[in-house]
Amino acid sequence: MSFRSSALVRRRIYLHRIFYNCFRYYCKVPITPVATLESDNIPKPNIDINTVALLERLSLVRFDTEQGVKVLEDSIEFANKILHINTDNVQPLYTVLENQSLSLHIDAVTQGNCQKDILKNAVITEDDYFVAPPGNIPLHEIEEKESDIQRNENRN
Amino acid sequence: MNKLSSYSIRDIHKAYRDKTLNPRCLIDQCLDRANKTKELNAFITLTPQVAHEQSLRCQERLQSSKKLNLLEGISVCLKDNFCTENIRTTCASNMLKNFTPTYNATIYSKLMMAGACLVGKTNLDEFAMGSGTVDSIYGPSRNPWCYNDNWRIAGGSSGGSAVAVSSGSSVVAIGSDTGGSTRNPAALCGIVGLKPTYGLVSRYGLIPLVNSMDVPGVFAKNVDDAAITLNCIAGPDDLDSTTIKSAFKPISIKEDFDISNLNIGIPKEYHCKDMSIEVIECWQFVTDLLEKLCKVSCVSLPHTSVSIAVYSILNQCEVASNMSRYDGLEYGLRAKTNYSTEELYATTRSQGFNNVVRSRIFGGNYFLLRQNYEKYFLKAQKLRRLISDDFENVFNGDNKVDLLLTPTTLSDAPLYSDFTAKNNRDQCALQDYCTQPANMAGIPAISIPVKLSKNKLPLSLQLMGPALSEELLLNVAKKIEALVNFPVLEFNQYLNKN
Repeated sequence: MSFRSSALVRRRIYLHRIFYNCFRYYCKVPITPVATLESDNIPKPNIDINTVALLERLSLVRFDTEQGVKVLEDSIEFANKILHINTDNVQPLYTVLENQSLSLHIDAVTQGNCQKDILKNAVITEDDYFVAPPGNIPLHEIEEKESDIQRNENRN
Repeated sequence: MNKLSSYSIRDIHKAYRDKTLNPRCLIDQCLDRANKTKELNAFITLTPQVAHEQSLRCQERLQSSKKLNLLEGISVCLKDNFCTENIRTTCASNMLKNFTPTYNATIYSKLMMAGACLVGKTNLDEFAMGSGTVDSIYGPSRNPWCYNDNWRIAGGSSGGSAVAVSSGSSVVAIGSDTGGSTRNPAALCGIVGLKPTYGLVSRYGLIPLVNSMDVPGVFAKNVDDAAITLNCIAGPDDLDSTTIKSAFKPISIKEDFDISNLNIGIPKEYHCKDMSIEVIECWQFVTDLLEKLCKVSCVSLPHTSVSIAVYSILNQCEVASNMSRYDGLEYGLRAKTNYSTEELYATTRSQGFNNVVRSRIFGGNYFLLRQNYEKYFLKAQKLRRLISDDFENVFNGDNKVDLLLTPTTLSDAPLYSDFTAKNNRDQCALQDYCTQPANMAGIPAISIPVKLSKNKLPLSLQLMGPALSEELLLNVAKKIEALVNFPVLEFNQYLNKN
């Protein structure tokens, strides 16, 4: 009760101050917030387990916890607030420099002899090569075998 | 020289000429200040050796030549997402904790050419994803204003650079600005923060967040210093194909700049529902001041309220793409696993990225899924055009205005405890409301401190202008700076406390 009334009083003081300032100076700053174009009433998105698996494979990152899925759903919900706005006949804006053409490099060697530099930050190298483990083994095959998710959760 | 934190570049250069100060001495004082204020956690890496070498070279030049370079003997620091040769560059992430670049970002090369001395690399949110400098593996940066046990956030993501300048560890600093990451911490820390036109300053060597919006930003204690710094770093760069090709004309700040013929726009959509009354009053205060000197008009940028959601889609999509470079093979963290390449990638990336980075990668890849590409990504790019057209219309249409005046943030600096009670997306949705539209349109914007709130914290406003209007923007900012006479942070109090 006391919380509500104090909120009301604050609201009243707020309006009073804004109106007062406004009438005194005739200030150009708007006195009330402008209504947003975002739509509310967005249904909660629901990400199924297959999509989660697909995103993990594409992202090469693990969701780790349910919290991760919740954050994704929240972020989709936020994006859904603007889908209703009419964009018929509007061209997508890829870059703000669309009116200038990209410059072409002269076809000449300008850099080189930097093998040492390039390899310097790699944790493992062998005979001047980067080293990768065996390829062509999809991520989820491994997870079933080694249950990495569980290991990760234990670590956290 | 206890007043160090209030000295401008011009004051310092005068002291150099009069031989009452030398670069080595200034650098020592900055480093000393940085060490005394360690608690604020502005720096990830201090570079005393580099700064000393550079300051000695400045001293030699000062002895042999009468004419000073633009930043001769001036301390600078760089956000730790700009590559610096042989100096660790971490992006405040486990992923790059062990990364030492073998080349310099163009901006750093240019600063060195202008005689600046690097005192350190500053703290940020991991990969610049945040608006508080609270998500760094090195811990949060702390706002020096009203500093006590119940301290306030510095703003972000370039919070370390803002703290370094406002606390006097560096005369100027460089940050990056994708959605407000320079202007936001500048506003909360009571200094000037400039986001130049997209493409005016080279991004070569800036570890990318959102390629189509990233811009290096400038922190300074006053508009003059920001202008001098911009003059050093701006201009085309062969190493960055997205720099604007035309030659850069240095900006001059005129003492007698006439603003009487200007028309300043007040975009009504920037009054949003979460804005604090003090911010509105501050906005009204400066609007009224300006109205005595020039024309002020109400204008409308109708798509402002959706800009933050559009920004969040585009941000996540570009992040998902940009972050795919981190796989553990060529540089950065490499997980200790050897079963398969994909397993190495996934484990490395799960260990190397914090949950904010990981969730933006997921979000981006979701929006980019074949069935979602048009629905979200193309939609967001179309809305980006509408947002950009809004600016085009107010700057070039009927009843056009020269500049826009808005708040920078929705409130003064929040308490760390309040801020971290929200998740990263909500934090950014609130903090970046007024700042990210300028990134969407690629236009320049500057945040200037105006007055103190009742909590004795800085309140700041933002000026935005059409592309490449930096000269006008900075001259008007300077006028406002002179009108409001914002107080310098009293630092002795803080130093005595420790």
